[in-house]
Amino acid sequence: MSAPVAQPTTGPARIQAAFDRAAAEDRAALIVYLTACYPDADTSRACFEAAVEAGADILEIGIPFSDPMMDGPVIQAANQHVLDAGYRVSDQLELVASLDHLDVPKLVMTYVTIADTRGYAAFADELADAGLSGVILPDLPVAEADAWLAEATRRDLATVFLASSVSTEERLDAIAATSSGWVYATGLLGVTGVKSVATDVTRELVARVKARTDQPVAVGIGVKDRASAAEVAAYADGVIVGSSVVRAAGEGDPAGAADRVGALVRTLREGVARP
Amino acid sequence: MSTTELPTTTAAERADDAVREGYFGPFGGQYVPEALSGALAQLVDAWHDAQADPAFHEELDALRRNYGGRPTPLYHAARLSQEAGVEVWLKREDLAHTGSHKLNNVVGQALLTKRMGKPRVIAETGAGQHGVATATAAALFGLDCTVYMGAEDVRRQRLNVVRMQLLGTEVVPVDSGTRTLKDAINEAMRDWVTNVDDTHYLIGSAMGPHPFPTIVRELQKVISVESTQQFAEQAGGLPDAVIACVGGGSNAIGSFAEWIDVDGVALIGVEAAGEGVGSGRSAATITEGREAVLHGSRSIVLVDDDGQVKPAHSVSAGLDYPGVGPEHAWLASSGRGRYVSATDDDALLGFRRTCELEGIIPALEPAHAVGWLLRHGRAELGDGARVVLTMSGRGDKDVDEVVEVAGWDVGVAKAFGEHAGEGSA
Repeated sequence: MSAPVAQPTTGPARIQAAFDRAAAEDRAALIVYLTACYPDADTSRACFEAAVEAGADILEIGIPFSDPMMDGPVIQAANQHVLDAGYRVSDQLELVASLDHLDVPKLVMTYVTIADTRGYAAFADELADAGLSGVILPDLPVAEADAWLAEATRRDLATVFLASSVSTEERLDAIAATSSGWVYATGLLGVTGVKSVATDVTRELVARVKARTDQPVAVGIGVKDRASAAEVAAYADGVIVGSSVVRAAGEGDPAGAADRVGALVRTLREGVARP
Repeated sequence: MSTTELPTTTAAERADDAVREGYFGPFGGQYVPEALSGALAQLVDAWHDAQADPAFHEELDALRRNYGGRPTPLYHAARLSQEAGVEVWLKREDLAHTGSHKLNNVVGQALLTKRMGKPRVIAETGAGQHGVATATAAALFGLDCTVYMGAEDVRRQRLNVVRMQLLGTEVVPVDSGTRTLKDAINEAMRDWVTNVDDTHYLIGSAMGPHPFPTIVRELQKVISVESTQQFAEQAGGLPDAVIACVGGGSNAIGSFAEWIDVDGVALIGVEAAGEGVGSGRSAATITEGREAVLHGSRSIVLVDDDGQVKPAHSVSAGLDYPGVGPEHAWLASSGRGRYVSATDDDALLGFRRTCELEGIIPALEPAHAVGWLLRHGRAELGDGARVVLTMSGRGDKDVDEVVEVAGWDVGVAKAFGEHAGEGSA
């Protein structure tokens, strides 16, 4: 592809551009989640670089929280490992800032108490100053989000909301109207990294969201490998993979973590290409 | 007579603050993953329907009376009163079926579970009292039941683990995080997110996302509905203070509910301060915490300056929780409630003196309230103040732990500091 003219550098527009670029190549965007500073800051940086090198379109960067309600055993353990090692939110954001050379939009995925404790205004400033384009807070539903959204908008940060197969029509209306960056359709009822995506239910959910918005719809939770990525790419604009990448980063020798992540992300990238 | 801080807000002001459904002033709400939105909406509807249905109330009342052993007595503890220098009336929830106040809530929510057509309940438990109550109701109503319990609590509350298993419940030890109550709640939430179609999460305290804090308060309110009437009949007039221990705060909110709008009655919640406020090994959430979101609602939480939830510590597994129900956060911030704390040492004193002076072996949770009253009651409430204290549970489950922690070799009370030997005089 030729160099794009005046690529947006921040916020929802930058995320949209990443989806547009993937769509132009007739594939779903590949969104890769990794826990920041896992298993350590240097290895983590190398893993993010390897993920982008191997074809990740968007990075979702987990800031650990002590009580991650939506996360299964793999990401829980990664969170706990990072907290036990003594890394603080400022360390995670420093790591994010050091990834500025990677030409992909980056979002933070964390829980509302992390934002709350710093104060929404300060947190929005910190995220924007670290070069982030947005945030995902899975325990912040639309009805509780007004105060955060005001600060996010002030700093041109996207806020991605989750939609579920159990969401009512009214709630989907609100989610589609409020979410920015994309709408995150959860691929199953459950936490990250345990079960596989429920195809029929998820396909229907994506259709329900798409009927309401022109924004991209990405599917996460339950996508773990090339085959499941390919399955989801057939009907969604984006594919989010987390636990299996975290496992690749954390299992075995840290010196080989970036290679393992790169190898996995390459196969995922093949998976999101539509045949 | 009472020197306790009196309310700084009027009932009308408090009603204005609480006008948003599911909120108590700024606290409460529904901070949950979208996957739970349907189940919470269904629960709100089921609760409203049940409230309006006389058959629900009749069934609940009959179960409370004939199965649960209510009403529980209000008992004038004369010897404890003499030692404390205040007049102590114990609301005897320890005499209810399963040995604590927990059944009040569980039977009501089990009826709701049946109304919603769900065949399975899950629960968290700390000391095991809520787990035992839930296992009991599951057996009674023929529901499948899984209880999550921190691995550390499984160790220190072995008796209750066996009781749950005897009642046909699967007990799942939780090894993540601090291996105590908060981690059991995380794991129960994860189960619920996964199995929400056929499962009701039977939350045991006045915490969690709306409508749980309201449902649990309304179901526990029977404590103060009875005690207001019993106190008027047996003692006459109004008490100066109502006192209850607070972990998540279910027995306390039930003990306070009917008194909240009665002027002149102090509401005192006693939190567990572990090794002491400021020691870093405490569970005194309201005293030491800050506003944050934990387990589905905005409340006061023990979090560090980075937003990570701090491990709580208490000798009592039931109070070993870094959060507190949102209505308590609101009662504290509005000034209507007063929240104090008792250390492990205070609780062990309360435990021992209740045994020795009243022939009642209390659970370690209400022993905190007794300990606070023995050490601070006269000074804080005034000589001879009249106090209703909720004896929220019996202490059989705690006997092993007390022997281990206090080194209380039965018959040799040397580990109990300045009171050693007093009881055998």
